[in-house]
Amino acid sequence: MNNLVISPSPHIHSGDSIEKNMYGVLIALIPAFICSVLFFGWNALVLTLTSVIACLIFEFLIQKYLLKKQTSIWDGSALITGVLLAFNVPSSLPVWIMILGALAAIGIGKMSFGGLGCNIFNPALVGRVFLLISFPVQMTTWPVAHTQIVEPTFPQTYVNVVSENSTDAISGATPLALLKIVVKNNTEISKAKVALTKADKELAEGTKTAAEVAELKTKLEQEIQAAQISQQKAKADLPTALELFVGQNPGSFGEVSALALLLGLLFMLARRVITWHIPITIFITVFVFAGILHLCNPEQFISPVYQLLSGGLMLGAIFMATDYVTSPMAVKGMIIYSVGIGLLTVIIRNFGAYPEGMSFAILIMNGFTPLINRYCKPKRFA
Amino acid sequence: MNTIVITIIALCAIGIISAIILYFVAQKFKVEEDPRIDIVEGLLPGANCGGCGYPGCRGLAEAAVKADSLDNILCPVGGAESMKKIAAALGREVVEQAPKIAVVKCNGSCENRPRLNRYDGARSCAIEHSLYIGDTACAYGCLGCGDCVAACPFDAIHMSPATGLPEVSDEKCVACGACVKACPRNIIELRNKGPKDRRVFVSCVNKDKGAVARKACKVACIGCMKCAKECPFEAITVENNLAYIDYNKCRLCRKCVTVCPTGAIHEVNFPPRKVNPETPKTTVTANAKPAPVSQPVSSVPGNSETGEKKETV
Amino acid sequence: MLKTFKIGGIHPPENKLTSGGKIQKLPVPEQVIIPLGQHIGAPASPVVKKGDAVKAGQLIGQATGFVSANVHSSVSGTVTAVESRPDAAGLLKPCIVIQVEGDEWVPEVDLSEKIERHTDLPKEEIIKAISAAGIVGMGGATFPTQVKLSPPPGSKAEILIINGVECEPYLTADHRIMLERGEEILIGVQLLMKAIEVKKAVIGIENNKRDAIEHLQSLAAGMNGIEICPLKVKYPQGGEKQLIQAITKRAVPSGALPIAVGAVVQNVGTALAVYEAVLKRKPLVERVVTVTGKSVKNPGNFLCRIGTPIAEVIKAAGGPPEDTAKVIGGGPMMGRAIFNIDSPLMKGSSGILLLNEKEGERKPCKNCIRCTKCVSVCPMGLEPYLLMKLSQYNLLERMEEEKVMDCIECGSCSFTCPADRPLLDYIRLGKARTGMMIRNRKK
Repeated sequence: MNNLVISPSPHIHSGDSIEKNMYGVLIALIPAFICSVLFFGWNALVLTLTSVIACLIFEFLIQKYLLKKQTSIWDGSALITGVLLAFNVPSSLPVWIMILGALAAIGIGKMSFGGLGCNIFNPALVGRVFLLISFPVQMTTWPVAHTQIVEPTFPQTYVNVVSENSTDAISGATPLALLKIVVKNNTEISKAKVALTKADKELAEGTKTAAEVAELKTKLEQEIQAAQISQQKAKADLPTALELFVGQNPGSFGEVSALALLLGLLFMLARRVITWHIPITIFITVFVFAGILHLCNPEQFISPVYQLLSGGLMLGAIFMATDYVTSPMAVKGMIIYSVGIGLLTVIIRNFGAYPEGMSFAILIMNGFTPLINRYCKPKRFA
Repeated sequence: MNTIVITIIALCAIGIISAIILYFVAQKFKVEEDPRIDIVEGLLPGANCGGCGYPGCRGLAEAAVKADSLDNILCPVGGAESMKKIAAALGREVVEQAPKIAVVKCNGSCENRPRLNRYDGARSCAIEHSLYIGDTACAYGCLGCGDCVAACPFDAIHMSPATGLPEVSDEKCVACGACVKACPRNIIELRNKGPKDRRVFVSCVNKDKGAVARKACKVACIGCMKCAKECPFEAITVENNLAYIDYNKCRLCRKCVTVCPTGAIHEVNFPPRKVNPETPKTTVTANAKPAPVSQPVSSVPGNSETGEKKETV
Repeated sequence: MLKTFKIGGIHPPENKLTSGGKIQKLPVPEQVIIPLGQHIGAPASPVVKKGDAVKAGQLIGQATGFVSANVHSSVSGTVTAVESRPDAAGLLKPCIVIQVEGDEWVPEVDLSEKIERHTDLPKEEIIKAISAAGIVGMGGATFPTQVKLSPPPGSKAEILIINGVECEPYLTADHRIMLERGEEILIGVQLLMKAIEVKKAVIGIENNKRDAIEHLQSLAAGMNGIEICPLKVKYPQGGEKQLIQAITKRAVPSGALPIAVGAVVQNVGTALAVYEAVLKRKPLVERVVTVTGKSVKNPGNFLCRIGTPIAEVIKAAGGPPEDTAKVIGGGPMMGRAIFNIDSPLMKGSSGILLLNEKEGERKPCKNCIRCTKCVSVCPMGLEPYLLMKLSQYNLLERMEEEKVMDCIECGSCSFTCPADRPLLDYIRLGKARTGMMIRNRKK
């Protein structure tokens, strides 16, 4: 009985591992991935593969040659970063930009902090925001999702790389951008109407001649008409809530179907990869806050259902805000963090310059996570 | 044009207002500090290594100003020179301290000390020590998880892959004592560095009775008292079955090394002894070359005369 | 809806291989080594010397001080040595070595099978008998029982809680004694109730031991004030604070003893020992030990004399299997790995578990991915990931702030961690250091 193994207790382990959790998230992403390929065609597949492979290679190179430690590229975290980064870009994005994004995500977002577990910000979002700021045109040219499966023009994206010309992709505005147009036109129409009444008043008072007023009136009426046309067009382009839910949503290709993303959420909850606190709190916060705004002024603020289903909210709330490393540890902290994300998202969407606010909201709250952890302790025994 | 002017004025205004606020805040929350702290801090290397045991150079400066004497305060990086300057600045005396070095007092390599089990807990000597005797039958010896290596701020101590024991680099070690504190078994001691880095020490801390200690490790000190009897300077004491050489009394004659039956007493950085006791003269000349010492340096085991001259070197 | 504690907890695989096996009597070994420190507190001082003849049940070590316990010879024979012997961790501890000759007991011990039922004894007499018999907590904590039964002045016990939870995987010793010695246990409980002057006692048993619950329920029907409380299966329900919360819904405050909420907790094994000590005048010299493991030939529950070498006990279960990598004294969650299998069984040894290389494997530690699983399973609501970091950096004040002293060392965090981090190893070290710092401060 020599050479016994000695260690402190406990002597058994649950068998849980980083890989199990990470691959759980990846499995949860499969429905959304299938949807994106269905709606955006081969481009989505090519971009996802590019992003994943680039992330893996960068992680390997940095771990091996810069940090000089054991490589752990198959723990699944780089795979998730790659998939999420790809899900956050338009499907018409040239491949070389995708690779740059992967470098930013892995290099700046993750490895510069020391690798898995040490990063402050969600790497995929760091990559996404890096691309959004560096390549604003390419990052906001949204191809419209096809309802039918696209014919396999497999090397399309590579053609784009060579020709630097992505106009052959049909570009459309995202629902949130369309909503911005509607709101903008609303204000223009009301402004013109005010000007009209003012002109009438001036005519009655006799400060202006009838000819002058008539000229002004026609001009204003034309403006109103133009605005109304643009608005109608935008409204017509706007998908219905149901369409959004199932997935006819121009935009980053991972956001295409809220239903697919929710399926992923259910899977992760069932497998206990994540807890419900973060995504559900974000949904509730966004719904309530957007709802209050909508009730105050339905002309200016869109309905909360729309807010919930459009843009990257689902993707962000389910897969990015719940990132283990960058979210708080205690339940109380998780709630504060998710309420913060919800509020910031609605504020950026409604009052900010960008139509989409989820990624910024998550990054901002990521920055607050250490502070939240310091002050929000789990419920003690007594 | 207007925009630029307004921008400039606005920025200036913000700057001035912030400056005023900052000024008043700084005045209001000013902390009165001994100005000498800044002076002393200036004299320190400013590496903030923590080797002195204080949180950074400022920590040492604060302690130096506060303390009555500088006896227990030493900047290991700046060494005696910095401390002299600090003493001068503070108008105090500094006791010249002989340079020291960390010495690992265990020689329980795999051959000397058989492994009886495999430790599979967290790689930390402190944890292993608190759990059980360790992976050998010696309850006092090195556990080999490298807490000392992790504690060293100067990269001066490393685990030797051959023996599994820590090795101290003579050049890099500044005797800050971080490893001494980190070692849960108190194996490491700060000893005089010695002339030409020559040292004699008991490389064992086992307090068990001779038979138990010997069974656990071939090179353990068994407390046989031979060295204590042999020592001409009464530098060696044996307590709890363990010999200890007082480095202030030891004159490096190395007699103890030759009488130790287990080889627990080590000599380091001495030129090699004569291999063949029958031809002493030839070996002396042969030895003179590698060792830059003028006197005959090595002694045949048992030859007690030459050793005493040694510490004049 | 069964009762359980509120926060945290895990569900390790139960692996109760021996719950159906009757308690077997282990033959008296040739030699026993009886350590003088088998309990928390000061070791007993020897009252016999080399060459003395002793009988089973004879006092050989006298308790020294308030928190200490008597030690009795478990066999009859000759004392061959009073010296230091390596314990299970290999460290030398004072022991009395006895060469066995025959099996003769001291005359006052009642060895008959007859069950004594006269519990009508004064409080002082019961505590005196417990103290004389050297009874300690049999669940593994080995805290001297008489100390626990003498609440500090100003506090009053209201309820006696008997721990029959046995939440550790593999172990079945308590389960078997509840089935086979149920009536004696209940009489022991009555004696304990008398000793602390309470009217109510609750025996908490996890629901995976339905047979024991039903058996004790039928026996307790005729006894006043004893109630059997089935509990939901969840580790670490056997923790004192967790058990009190599960049964009474009261939470023992941080740093306080159970008596702060009016509860005294005792193990079922202790209740049995109390019965034997008070009514049979038999000191604590034997106990039931589960010897188990997936590759053990004849796993079972054995009634062993204290001081029997562990190797002998393993031999009784068919000898150590080829693939044994770890021998554990106690259960897999809180037991201690044994280095020296020639060391003796002690009063607190509830089991010997033999794990193979794969079961006991510890995978290399990876970076913390902050998945919050350790936080969610901690039954004390602590943050193990943080405590481990603080312990590594030796930030003891901060550890104290984060309530490291509340840690019950149940191991749920290390068990769960997907990054295989040795959370509890470091927390335990930090807890010991923080405790030292707090004690030094008080001085």
